[in-house]
Amino acid sequence: MRKDQNLGEYLRAQGVSRRGFLKFCSATASLMALPPSAIAQVADALAKARRPSVIWLSFQECTGCTESLTRSHAPTVESLIFDAISLDYHHTLQAAAGHGAEAARMAAMEENSGEYILVVDGSIPVGNPAYSTIAGISNLDMLKETAANAFALVAVGTCAAFGGIPHANPNPTGAVSVSDIVTDKPIINVSGCPPIPVVITGVLAHFLTFGTIPELDALGRPAAFFGQNIHDRCYRRPFYERGQFAETFDDEGARKGWCLYKLGCKGPTTYNTCATLKWNEGTSFPIQSGHGCIGCSEPDFWDKGGFYNPISAGMWGSRDALLGAAAAGAALGVGSALAARARKKKAQAAEEA
Amino acid sequence: MSSLDAIAVNTEVVTGNVEPLLHEVRHALKRLANGEDGTVIDLRSLPLAPGEEEQIEAALGQGEVRAELNALGPSLVQETSYPGVWLVTHRNAEQAVVGRFIEVTDMPELLKSQQADIEYGINRLENELKN
Repeated sequence: MRKDQNLGEYLRAQGVSRRGFLKFCSATASLMALPPSAIAQVADALAKARRPSVIWLSFQECTGCTESLTRSHAPTVESLIFDAISLDYHHTLQAAAGHGAEAARMAAMEENSGEYILVVDGSIPVGNPAYSTIAGISNLDMLKETAANAFALVAVGTCAAFGGIPHANPNPTGAVSVSDIVTDKPIINVSGCPPIPVVITGVLAHFLTFGTIPELDALGRPAAFFGQNIHDRCYRRPFYERGQFAETFDDEGARKGWCLYKLGCKGPTTYNTCATLKWNEGTSFPIQSGHGCIGCSEPDFWDKGGFYNPISAGMWGSRDALLGAAAAGAALGVGSALAARARKKKAQAAEEA
Repeated sequence: MSSLDAIAVNTEVVTGNVEPLLHEVRHALKRLANGEDGTVIDLRSLPLAPGEEEQIEAALGQGEVRAELNALGPSLVQETSYPGVWLVTHRNAEQAVVGRFIEVTDMPELLKSQQADIEYGINRLENELKN
C-alpha cells in the first residue's frame, strides 16, 4: 500500500469489491468487539484510513507474543490490516540486523515523529541494563528513545504490560513493565501470555479505523476485550451456580464438564476474552479443554499461589504472608485450600477403591 | 478407535443461552414486521457451550434462499426456515470462520449490489464498448 493511498483506494486497486470490503468490515467490527450496528461506521472510517508507521520493539520475552500473532487464524482479514500499516521495525521478523536495522528504526522515528505507534513486547531489566541489549543499546535506553516521539504505545503481552514472568519473584533482572518507564504517553496494555492474536490485531484495527486510543480499563487494557472476567463469560458458569465442581482432573465431575474452580481455575479474577474469542481458529480455550484458567492476563499471575490451588488459597500472595495469616488464625483461604485438598484426596481414594 | 476416543467423556454442558437467543430473534422479527430496523446478532460475542451453535442452527432450520459469495474468501448467506431470519457465515481464503451473524432483515446488505461496485461496473463496461 502506497503512503498516499487510503485503505479504500488500496483495496479497490487490489480488486476487492465494495461487497468484499463490507465483509472485511463485518469481520473487523467483530474483531474489535464492536456491535454489528457499528459496521457502517467502521466501513466509512476504514475506507479513509491512511497507513500508520509501527515500530515494534522486543525486550525480555520469549517471542511467544510474535508467534501468537503470526499464527493468527484469519490471514485474509489480518494480512489486510498488516498491509494497511507500515511495520518499519521488528527485529524478529525483519531481514536486516545490527546497524542497518537500527538505521531503519531511526529513519521511521524521524519521518513519522509524533505519529508512529510503538509496540513493545517483553519487560525491561533495570537491575542491570546490560542483561538485555540490542545493537549494544540497553532495552531501557531504546524504549526511552523510541517512546519520546511516539503517538501512543501498545504493550503486547503480560511481560510488557505488567512485568510478567521475568518480574516473578525473585525478579533477578529487576524487570519492570513499559508503564513503569514511560509515564507521559498513552499506553494500551494488551496482556496475556501470550495475548489472543485477534486482540492484538483488534487494537491495531481500532487505531487504524478511528485513529484514537480505545476505551481502557483500570489496568490500561482495552475494555472491549478485557471488560469482563472469564468466569462471567464461561460456558461452565451454570455448574458453578449449581455448586457442581470437578474435584480431580479425572473424576465424574471432570468427565461431565463441571466447573473447574476447585482445581484452581482463575477465571473469576481474570479479565480476558478467551471464553468467547477462543484460540486456534476459535476451536477451544483452556477451560473447554479441561484445564482451569491460570490467569495469565493479570499482573503477578506467576506469584499468586499455585495454578492448582483454588483462588481462595492463592489470594495471600507470598508464602510468608500465607504463613502469617495462618498463624493469626485468619486464614479462611487456607482453610478452603485444605478442605479442597482433603476433598481431592477423598475423591481420589474413592476412585481408587 | 484411538486411545483418546476410548475415554468416556459425557459432557452435559449447557449455558442456557440458546433459548434466550431464539427469543431475541423472535423480538427482532416482530420489530421488522412492524416496519422497524433490522437486527444483527454477532454469534462470536455470546458464551456458547460446545454444540450449542449447532443447536441454534438446527432450531432455525433452512429456508428457501441460499446464496454463496466469493469476496475475500467464501461467505454463505442462508435464509432460515423463518423468513426474514438469515444466518451469515464469513470464511477467509483458508476456509476458517472469521465471522458468524444472525441477521434479521428482509435482505442482507451483502446480497445487494453495492453503489460503488455499480459505478465501477459502468466505467468498465464503457471502456469495453470503446475498444
